[in-house]
Parts: sequence; C-alpha cells; structure tokens
Amino acid sequence: MNDSRPRPDAGPAAIVLDRAGVVLDGRVIWDDVSLTIAQGDFVAVLGPNGAGKTTLFKAILGLLPLHRGSITVLGQPVRRGNPRIGYLAQRRTFDSDLRIRARDIVRLGLEGARWGVPLPVLGAVQRHQDRRKVSEVIDLVGAAGYADRAIGELSGGEQQRLLIAQALVAEPRILLLDEPLDSLDPSNQQGVAALVHRICVERGVTVLLIAHDVNTILTYLDGVIYVAQGRSLTGRVDDVITTASLSRLYGAPIEVLRTSDGRLVVIGQPDSVTYHFRGA
Amino acid sequence: MGQAQPSWDVLSDVQQLLHFHFMQNALLAGTMVALAAGVVGYFVVLRGQSFASHTLSQVGFPGAAAALLLGLAPQVGLVAFCLSAAIGIGLLPGLIGGGYRSESGAIGVILAFSLALGLLFFHLYTGFADTLLAYLFGTFLGIDDQQVLIVALTAAMTLAAMVAIGRPLLFSSIDAEAAAARGVPARALALVFLVLLGLAVAISVQLIGTLLTFALIVTPAAAAQQLTTRPGLGIALSTVVALLTIWGGLGVAYFTVYPVGFFVTSLAFAAYLAARAVRWSRDGGMSRWRRRGLRRA
Repeated sequence: MNDSRPRPDAGPAAIVLDRAGVVLDGRVIWDDVSLTIAQGDFVAVLGPNGAGKTTLFKAILGLLPLHRGSITVLGQPVRRGNPRIGYLAQRRTFDSDLRIRARDIVRLGLEGARWGVPLPVLGAVQRHQDRRKVSEVIDLVGAAGYADRAIGELSGGEQQRLLIAQALVAEPRILLLDEPLDSLDPSNQQGVAALVHRICVERGVTVLLIAHDVNTILTYLDGVIYVAQGRSLTGRVDDVITTASLSRLYGAPIEVLRTSDGRLVVIGQPDSVTYHFRGA
Repeated sequence: MGQAQPSWDVLSDVQQLLHFHFMQNALLAGTMVALAAGVVGYFVVLRGQSFASHTLSQVGFPGAAAALLLGLAPQVGLVAFCLSAAIGIGLLPGLIGGGYRSESGAIGVILAFSLALGLLFFHLYTGFADTLLAYLFGTFLGIDDQQVLIVALTAAMTLAAMVAIGRPLLFSSIDAEAAAARGVPARALALVFLVLLGLAVAISVQLIGTLLTFALIVTPAAAAQQLTTRPGLGIALSTVVALLTIWGGLGVAYFTVYPVGFFVTSLAFAAYLAARAVRWSRDGGMSRWRRRGLRRA
C-alpha cells in the first residue's frame, strides 16, 4: 500500500492472506482471498452486512479454521490467543447494571488471559508494572476522568475508548477493531477515529478497522479492504472505491460518487442504496 | 435444642457454643462452606447464573432421596445429582457469553423435573422422614468428623480451582468475545465453573438445606456487588458476608428451635438491604430523589 510516511520497522508484513477461504456451516463466506497489509498501516475493512468482515478478523485471530490457503501474522502462522493482536469485538454496550470498575475492564486486557494469581512477593513488582501500564493506556485514550466508575454507567463513547484501551494495554503490534465507530454519535466518531489514528502513528501499530461509513476515517487511511460477494479487493482508497472496481467486485453496476466536500457515496449495492452516506 | 438459653453475655455464649463437639464441627464445616460459597457466588451473580445455582441446589434433594432409597449414603446421591446437573446445564448449547436468558427455559425444565423426582422419592421412601427432611431444610446437628473433613477438602479444592481460573473466568464472564480472542477457552471455563458451583452447592446443602442453599451463594455476592465495583474487593466482601451470615446463623440457631437456614438467609438478606442502602446514599440518596421529584413536577 502507499508508503507516504516512515514505517516503524522494515520487518515482515503485518498480515498476509494467501488464497485463503472460510466455509461456515457449508456456506462459503469468502474464498481465494489474497492480500498483504504492511506494518503501521491504517486500513479500513468495508463491505455490505454479512459479507464476512468479522469473519476475516476471526480468521486472523485464529478463532476460525481456514477452508484452504493460509494466513501469516507478523511472519508467523496464525494462532489462537496471539498477544501481538489486540481485538475490539463488535458490540452495542455493556449492560447498565454490570458492576465492574472501568479500570478493571482495561486491566483484563493485560492479565485476563493469565492463569492463577501472582505470588505475594514476586508478584508485587509485576503488579506495580501492570498498574502503571493500565494507567498509561487509560491516559492515552483520554479516559482518566471516568476510569474508576462502573463500566455500565458510562456512555457508549466512553465505553468504546476504554475497550480500545483494553485492546491496547498488552502492547499489541496489530489492532483489529470491529465497528468501533458505528454505535457512536458524530462527534464521538471523530474523536475515536482521531484517537485510533494517533495510536497508529505514534506507536506504529497496524490498524484494521471495520466501518460502514468510510468518510469519517477517509483522511487517515493508507488503504482499504473491500469484502463483497465472497471475494475481496485491496488497495488504496482511490483505486478500490471506484465505479469500475466495485462494479467488477459485485458483478453488477455500482456507482461511486464524490461529493463537493470530498466524501464518497456508493450507490447501487444490493442491500443498500446509499451505503456510505451517513453521519457527520 | 431449645433448652439452651443465651445469657446475653456474648463471651460466655460463644464459649458455650464452642464447648460442644457437634457445634465445633458445624462451625468448621460452615466456615469452609461460606468461603467456597462467597467466592463462587461472586461469579454466579456476575455471570447472571442465579437461576442455575438455584436449580443446582434443588437437585440435591432428589439426589439424597434416591441414595437413601438405594441404601446408599445420602451424600453420595447429593454430590452425584449436583454434579450431573451442573454438567447437564454446562453442556446446553450456547451457554457461552451472555446467552443465559435463552437457557433459562431449559434450566427451568431441569428444575421442574428434579422437584418431581424429589416428590416421587419422598413418597417411596418408607424410612424415617426426618432423615430426608433434613436435606430439605438443613441441619447442623450430627455432622461427624469425617463429614467435616470431606466438606473441608471439597471446599479447599473448589477454592484452589477458583484461584487457578479466576482471572480468565472473570474476563470471559464480562466479555466472552474479547477473552476468546486472547485465547481464553470460554466454553470449557463455563463448564468447569458450573462443576465448581455444583461442588460448593453440594457441601452447603447438608448445613442449610436444598431450599435455601442458593441464598448463601447469591445473596452475599449480590450485597458485595452493591458495595464495590472492584472484582478483588468484591470477592473478599462476598466471602466476609457469607462467613458472618453462617456464623451468625449457626449461633442464633443454637439458642432457638428454628431451622438454621432461616437465620442464615435472613442475615444475608439484611446484609443485602444494608448494602443497597449504602449504595443508595452514596449515589446521592434522598437529594437525588428530591431532584427527580422536582423534575417530574
């Protein structure tokens, strides 16, 4: 993808799919998908509902078996529970009566996968370090003001920031964010999108973000993955979101319009007329 | 019972309590039961599995009755029924994550059938009815040394397992998908947790009875979650409330003719009400109500 700014390191690609395919309950979700995401890229994953965007994330996380092909993450084959990937699942909100402090929700991103409890003396050093890491990441997402309240009492935007902190606290190299913006109001969408971009740039974290409205993040993007009709298309925004390439992907006439303020509107998708025309 | 009178001198009352071997046994067993119930209960409330815990405590009764009918020790049937019901509930499809609501129907069916079995077995049982009724209402009399040992070992085992799985279980209880992405085996944990709950219930039943055991599991934990949002502190508080209610319940029951389960449940209920009152006043109390009233007017 476009390399306009310096990369954190020239190591292996963040994610490589090689002719990968996923079949769930006998249904082909997508097949023969090949793509490469460079480290430090900010990539949007687009496509209609049910096209397999979340399935793509689950395959990268090693939660779903591949029907064929392979996926490589940072030069190694996928494996379940890879601490180098931070994941934000698609959700609405936590139950309002969940009586757990927001700070502890973030902490689970660090120690939630550890068995047993730390030893009293040896564990003290680790516990101190963990606490510092949690505080740092809470500051980073700007949630210090409400991190000690119960998570259920917080607004959707506040919860989303804390969940990004949870995904980030174990210092992953890759962030997979499943619709982090969709349940937020426009001003929170802008705030969270800017936050994710800052994390991408400052920490050199590769970000894959599933979105319905590409316009909120358009200026930040290094590239897009467009998933539809069991296939995918990867590249720069200007190459992928065009009338010609989307029509080819769908196998049906699709029209991409650009509004006077630079926003993209996709018309003619089977499940929605003006898919990307939302918000802000 | 009933002849013992409290002197209202607390120290001598406690001395009197501890004087008898059966009381020592009851307090020892009660302490271990409370430790297990307090810790396990915190997760029951967090995971929204109160109904499952109620069902698991109810199946203890037909279990004990079936064992008596077969000429076995009632404890054997109790543990066997609790554990098979725990595994049965755990294997219900889709129990992972927040899907408990859809499972409540299936758990209710298990509960109903277990009560029907209890009724049948009670009808068929020709022995001394009090032996069986003790499992319904609980008794702290006649817990022998061997039973104390079994209760203590089971509780210790349950607690050790909870310590081992504590953090991943917390993670998957709160956010199953995020936990699974980090490699936490949420489904297996859900099953292991139900088995541990089954064990905690089984050792509580003899003391408190199948009817009220789930009160000891659920109520102290629910009170603790009113008081704090910090998981570690919540588990500690839940355990302390469970211990105080068991000790208080046994102490009061010793001086009266009424069943111990009633006192344990009542004390736990009082603790829950107090905890709600504390949270209410912390959240603004009366002034918030008044503000709301103004807004409405």
